[in-house]
Formats: sequence, C-alpha cells, structure tokens
Amino acid sequence: MQDKEKLVEMLELMYRIRFFEERAKKLYKAGMLSGNFLGALHSYIGEEAIAVGACSCLKKDDYVLSTHRGHGHFIAKGGDLKRMLAELQGKETGYSKGRGGSMHLFDLEIGFLGGNGVVGGGIPLAIGTAFSAQYRGSNQATICFFGDGATTQGTFHESLNIASLWKLPVIFICENNLYAVTTPADESISIPNVGERASAYGIPGKVIDGNDVLLVHRTVLEAVERARSGKGPTLIECKTYRWDPHCFVIPETRIKDEIENWKKKDPIPCFEKRLLVEKIISPEDIKRMKSEIINEIDKAEDFAKNSPFPNVESFQEEICAQ
Amino acid sequence: MRAIRYVDALNEAIREEMERDKNIFLIGEDIGPLGGSFGVYKGLFERFGARRVRQTPISESAIIGTAVGAAMTGLRPVAEIMYIDFITCGMDQVINQAAKLSFMSGDQVKIPLVIRTQQGPGTREAAQHSQNLEAWFVHTPGLKVVMPSSVYDAKGLLKSSIRDDSPVIFIEHRLLYFKKENVPEGEWLVPLGEAEIKRKGDDITVVATSLMVQKVLEVAEALSEEISMEVIDPRTLVPLDIEKIIASIKKTNKVLITHEAPVRGGVGGEILRQITEKAFDYLDAPPKVLGGANTPIPFSPCLEDACIPQKEDIIKTVKEMVR
Repeated sequence: MQDKEKLVEMLELMYRIRFFEERAKKLYKAGMLSGNFLGALHSYIGEEAIAVGACSCLKKDDYVLSTHRGHGHFIAKGGDLKRMLAELQGKETGYSKGRGGSMHLFDLEIGFLGGNGVVGGGIPLAIGTAFSAQYRGSNQATICFFGDGATTQGTFHESLNIASLWKLPVIFICENNLYAVTTPADESISIPNVGERASAYGIPGKVIDGNDVLLVHRTVLEAVERARSGKGPTLIECKTYRWDPHCFVIPETRIKDEIENWKKKDPIPCFEKRLLVEKIISPEDIKRMKSEIINEIDKAEDFAKNSPFPNVESFQEEICAQ
Repeated sequence: MRAIRYVDALNEAIREEMERDKNIFLIGEDIGPLGGSFGVYKGLFERFGARRVRQTPISESAIIGTAVGAAMTGLRPVAEIMYIDFITCGMDQVINQAAKLSFMSGDQVKIPLVIRTQQGPGTREAAQHSQNLEAWFVHTPGLKVVMPSSVYDAKGLLKSSIRDDSPVIFIEHRLLYFKKENVPEGEWLVPLGEAEIKRKGDDITVVATSLMVQKVLEVAEALSEEISMEVIDPRTLVPLDIEKIIASIKKTNKVLITHEAPVRGGVGGEILRQITEKAFDYLDAPPKVLGGANTPIPFSPCLEDACIPQKEDIIKTVKEMVR
C-alpha cells in the first residue's frame, strides 16, 4: 500500500480500539465492583487488525453488520467515542438513547447496522443490505462480521447459499478467535478451516492471518472490488485470538501459555514496527498519537459520565403505552 | 360492485402497491411462475419480473433476515412464509431482529416490513400445517398483527400494512382464500387498529377473529329470531381497538370471545383482561373465551373438527350466556 496517510490512520485506529477497549473494561469492572452491573462486555483486544484492515476498504455509505463483539468494527467504521461510551453506560446521549448498550451499537450515518446479541443473527441481515444495494443499483458493499461460533448456526448456510445464488455484494468475514465462548473451534467445527466452507457455495474462500492488518486489508479489498463489480460474495476467515475471556462474566478457561503465546503475536507492534522501519511514522508521532487518543477517550468518559440517563417518565409515556 | 375472492383481493392489493412504489418487492418460496403456493401472487412474476418477485430457496431465516436488512436500507419488502408453522425456522429474525432493531437503534431506522403468511386448521394437514400462532406475535413488542376475515378487509388491510413503517405480521386464513364477496372497484384502505362491527345486535357481544368471524356471523343469522348478537372483528390484534369492543359491551353487557387458536395463553385471554380492567362493571354475566383445544391438531377429520370451535359450540355457548 502506497498511501502513507492511510497507513498511519490504520495504526491510529488500532490504538483507538485498543485503548477504548481497555477503558471500557476498566469502567465496566469498576461498575461491577460498585454493584452497578451493566450487562456483558465483550472485549475486542487482540483482534484489532481485522476490523481496521477490513473497514479501511469501505466507503462511508457501505454497510457493516456486526456482532456482540462489535466495538472494534464500530470504531473502525468511524463511530464516535463519546456517543459510544455514553451508550455503554446507558445514557440518553448514547447512539441508541441507552436502549441498546454494548452489543447493539448502531449508526445509520456510517452504515453500521448493528451489533447483534444473537450469534449468527446478523448474517441474514447482511444478505438484506447487500440485496438492497443490488436492487437500488447503489454499488454499496456490505461487510458481515461474525465469529467462528456463528459458522455452526443455520443462518450461515442459508445466507451464504443465497448470497452466492444472487451474486450479492457482500463480504463474509469470519473472525476465528478459536473459541465459541469456551468451546474450542476444533470441537465445534468439523473442518480445520472455515474458509474452506466457501467451496460448498461456489464462492472464493480465503484463510488468512487475522493479526496482519495489511494482509487483511489486501484480501478484503480484493473481495470488495469483486463485490462491487457484480461477481458476488467472498468468505474470508481471519485467524486471530481474543486476549480476554468471552466476556467478563465468564471465567477464563484457556491455558495461560496459549494466551501468552498469542499476545506475542499482538497485531499492533508488528505493524507499528513496519511503519517505523519504513520511516512512515516517527516514535514522536506515535507518542503524540497515543496521547491524543487517550485524551479523546478521557473526554468521552467525561461526556458519558456527565450525560443524563434517559427520562423514565417520557419513555413510559411514549413507548410503553403503545 | 363485483364479486372477487380473498386471494384476488390480496393480489390486487400487492399489484396496486407495487405499481405505486418501486421500492416494494416480494420475497418467498415458490412465488415465481407458480405465484405462491395458494396463488396469491398469480401473474405478479410476469408483471414485475424476477428482480421484484424474489423466489428463494427453502430458508425461512434468510427470507426474513433479507427482508429486515432490506427494510433498514430503503426498501419495503413483503415476505411470504408459506405456512405460519414454518415461521418457527426463522423465528430469531422475527423476534430478535425485525421486532427489535428499530427500537434498539434508538429509532435511527424504520423496518417497513410485511410478513404475509396463512394459518388455520380445516384442511386435514395435521399438527405442523394447521396451527394458529397469532398469540406469539401479539406477545412480542415491536410487531403489529393483522388478521383479515373478509375480502374487503384483506385488500384494505394489506395495503395499509405495506404502507406502515413497522414490521407487520399479516395472517391470512387458508379456508378464506376462495371465499367470494362483493367489493367496490378500485382502491381502498382499511386502517390498522380499527375494529369493525360486522353485525349489530343488543343481547351479547361476540368478538371473533379470522375464519371464526364467518362462523359467528352464520350463527348470528341462524339465531336472529331469538338472540340479537353483535359481532365484532378486531381485524388487527396489535394495535387493538379495545374501545369499540367496550362500547359494544356497554350496550349488551355480555361478551364472548372466540378464536381457533388454543384457548390457553390465547389472544382471547388478553382481550378479556382489557375488558375486565376497563368495563368490569358493565358485565352482567361471566365473560367467556371459546377457543381451540389445548392439543396439537390431529389429522383425522373428526378429531380435527373436535379441536376447533364449531358453529354448534358457538350456539350452545351463546345460548347459555343469554339465558
């Protein structure tokens, strides 16, 4: 990739996701300790290269369908940290006025049509947005993210079959972090590589290192071009690993060595190193970048903290009375 | 006036709406050249082509999910589920997606979606092709539920449902499809949330849905010498026009509710709850719900008929209540 600005932006987005997730985790755990339990929080730490590599192939009006682990996708697609953190805290100023929370981030303006609390639940919706784009002749692509656990749901099969039949402009990105909650992928998926499932639908399938942001970007870009040119969908399996447990109410079941080994494959430092070696960015730039992100997250935290909760009376009057 | 069938009325509604709005498309199984398993879409594939009449594989989740995704992004899908029994295969998309995404997005998107389906016993198709499942959808906030009982209502309600910006579960009855009725020429709308008094009377209010409306009207005619029955069809269960029902009860002071669905957990119980909360003092006799038996529908004709309220059951119940 030649565009230096874009490379720097990708690094910045990866840090943004990482730091946001660290802060969200901290706030969530503090909330839990003080008895203020706010649902489940699914950390994206360790998988940043996929969201950033993939969403950097999209335009603002392209669609993304996400999952319960959707913060990274949302930030990579251009979500605003203030309204995002406010939503995570159940505040009126959140993207969904506090009705959705962490698993249901939603921003129509940037084509982000929702996280989803049901594993595999978003895949048929992506068929719908892709069909809609094709029907309207709009040339919009759809990226549908899901985990390895979703590939064992019936919706995966139904959707890939139709997407292939109708040559829909959709890219299926399986973030295979090797565990469906706590069940290892090799105990729930009958073949080693989900990407190979593509052959059953007559579409291209790729199996790639999901921690290599440039590889993800190149692979998805090719798939997006294919989608826009009317040739149909692609299935891309990105092998990756989440550093945290499935969510913070589920205890860790994986062995420590495995977690530590994967942390050595942290997608951020290896990309950063490359940008440094190629002199695309300087250590000072990185330092400044990090401090700006932290500063922005501080502001987002204040914004969320100082925002009002939704008005219960008006909710009851407007919504519940229907 | 002209006599047309319930299926023709549905067909006209869709044809007119599709001519009016190019963002409306149809999606479902066997809806191409066949025109749907019951012929509701006869001629539409020829008229509008494969782009707007999307025949799908047997994939209920994908049918409904595709419709929801399309509805969020500017289209107005009409999805057909061949038998309501099969909607179970796509239930996540109805309950967790269609019904909730507008709300969970903080109203950023609307879901102008109609899921058309048909239900009911009476054709000896056994327990997986004969259920009445409206209560499930009535119980799920975020959905509207429509059940037309007449040819006129079928057309007017379907057009209103297509124009509505919320997900609508539009439930037809298989035994009504070939019923003929005199209706006007041209277009008309029947608003959602407006019950209709199908027959005026003074002695008892009978609230009936779908095919039961026809049965109750026949009973009302047969008993007209001795009992004056007021027959009300809510037409839409969500939103429910409880005011019209209560106004009738204030006149008759008695109410019977009847539907084909199993009486346990049925819509009759919900209507009765609202009546007892709002009009208890006007009731001169214990209100009653006459519903289907709490059993899977059996195949054998004599058994199937025994599970569903028949005209004799209505006559017996009405007579007991108006003694």
